[in-house]
Amino acid sequence: MNHHSIALSIEKVSKSFHKGGQRPWPWPARKRNGNGRQEIKAIDQISLSIQRGEIFGVLGANGSGKSTLIRLVSTLLIPDHGTITVLGHDVRYDEMAVKRLINRVSVDAALFKKLSALENLTYAARLYGLDARQAQKDAIDILEKLGIGRNRLRSPLEDMSRGMQQKVAIARALLTTPVLLLLDEPTTGLDPRSKREVQKFVLQLREVHDTTVLLTSHDMDEADRLCDRIAILDEGKIVALDTPAGLRAMVERTNGHEPTMEDAFMALTGKRLVDGEADVEEGEEEEDPAFGHVL
Amino acid sequence: MSLLTREARVTYAFVERNFNLVKRYWGWEVVWLVYSIVNALSITFIGKASAAITGQTMTQTEIDQVILYLLLGTLVWHYLAVVFHGISEMIAWERWEGTIEYTFMAPISRFTHMIGSTLFSLLYGLLHTGVILAVVALFFRLDLSRANLLGATMVLVAGSMSMVGLGIMASVMPLLFPERGAQMTHVLQASVLLVSGVYYPIEVLPGWMQEVATVSPVTYVLQGARAAIIDGASFGELLRFVWPLLIIGAVLVPAGVYIFGVCERYAKRTGRLKRNG
Repeated sequence: MNHHSIALSIEKVSKSFHKGGQRPWPWPARKRNGNGRQEIKAIDQISLSIQRGEIFGVLGANGSGKSTLIRLVSTLLIPDHGTITVLGHDVRYDEMAVKRLINRVSVDAALFKKLSALENLTYAARLYGLDARQAQKDAIDILEKLGIGRNRLRSPLEDMSRGMQQKVAIARALLTTPVLLLLDEPTTGLDPRSKREVQKFVLQLREVHDTTVLLTSHDMDEADRLCDRIAILDEGKIVALDTPAGLRAMVERTNGHEPTMEDAFMALTGKRLVDGEADVEEGEEEEDPAFGHVL
Repeated sequence: MSLLTREARVTYAFVERNFNLVKRYWGWEVVWLVYSIVNALSITFIGKASAAITGQTMTQTEIDQVILYLLLGTLVWHYLAVVFHGISEMIAWERWEGTIEYTFMAPISRFTHMIGSTLFSLLYGLLHTGVILAVVALFFRLDLSRANLLGATMVLVAGSMSMVGLGIMASVMPLLFPERGAQMTHVLQASVLLVSGVYYPIEVLPGWMQEVATVSPVTYVLQGARAAIIDGASFGELLRFVWPLLIIGAVLVPAGVYIFGVCERYAKRTGRLKRNG
């Protein structure tokens, strides 16, 4: 197998966090009810590989492990077990090489809100060792394609809508022409028009730059429209992985219509879907797995 | 592109970013500057009142000496506090802004990250301290005719590296303790100043504190600055304060970077980079 055709390889990766017994470092964890610390497996023995130029989707409810997976690939978390490689570079042992190949857009724009779009982008360009002047030209070009005019570039980001801030975050990620682009729910909270603009841009990225994209989303239609393959994540495990058509084909036709991606998701995870988010089982609480605090 | 060019660009990224942030948060910067000036004046007036407080007769020269002694303590404390906070809060601020993950994901060495934050803090600290000195000088007749200002600057710069090392170590607090880590850095700063003789000679401290003072870089900065300004010590005479600072800095900076690296890996294993302010 030509490893250079594989942009991202995840092999038997697991990641756990500890709940309740967690104490600030360096104190050891407190035992709870005599049963020890409660371990939350955020990612449980996941394996997948993504080809160069592929748009790969990860669908899952809150707490299914999507963002944890993105953070593991981004080198922001260290896996407990397994290996993750980006173009053959291990995220744990070859961190700097991986960082040069990737960029990420998170669900919150993660920008300095008091600074302008240009100031944020210039900062980002310099962080990646780019020439600031050229980066500004490229940034303006990308932002215009995303519907942000030059007249808005020098205003503080806090004066922009969330959708516009997210577009600036996308432009920031694209400035570095990453080989692997990690999009963690990039269109959550955007209006329908902004969503479509971003989705169209993602498709263009692959056509023009051959960028490989790992996309996590709650939006079934978005995943269906954009992704070459989709993995459905539930409680840290992959319950299904196939093309959108393949996933829909796993589900029986009901009520006289072809199964949708939403039908496939609900059938494969056994969860109801309300407003784009899966309900947790009654009596359970949503928790921040890293801290064991109830959200 | 050479490695040097790349590292220079990254370093400048932090300097430019912090400068832009200071511009945007200028209101808070003005508030802090006013507070710092008021604080400096409050302490320096103690010097002016020293005869009245002690009931002893003091000449104007002696009073001026006490004023300068206290003022230098205030200025050095303020400068080092700016440098210390600029580095120790590089984590806390980014966590508050929600940008910590983006910065930690960037292909930059943590050492370059810290140098960039440090450089800005050094420049900003000098500017801040200069403004305070200029304002306080309007309130008191300061006789600086004997002062070796360049020598004092040399001592200050030599001491800055040590504060950088301490600041890097302190910056692990907000990394490990997202909720209250930034406040913990104040404890470290205050403790260092206490044992270093910020407003008094270290000889008045208990014996065990005097022992600790010998390894505190701030002790040498304060003693060196006072020797240069009050006594007009020459460059040669100031070397006995400079070489300990260089040695301490040479130990603290790499130690700080190493400790930060260990804590960063711990934060990545336990998911502590995630939390925002």
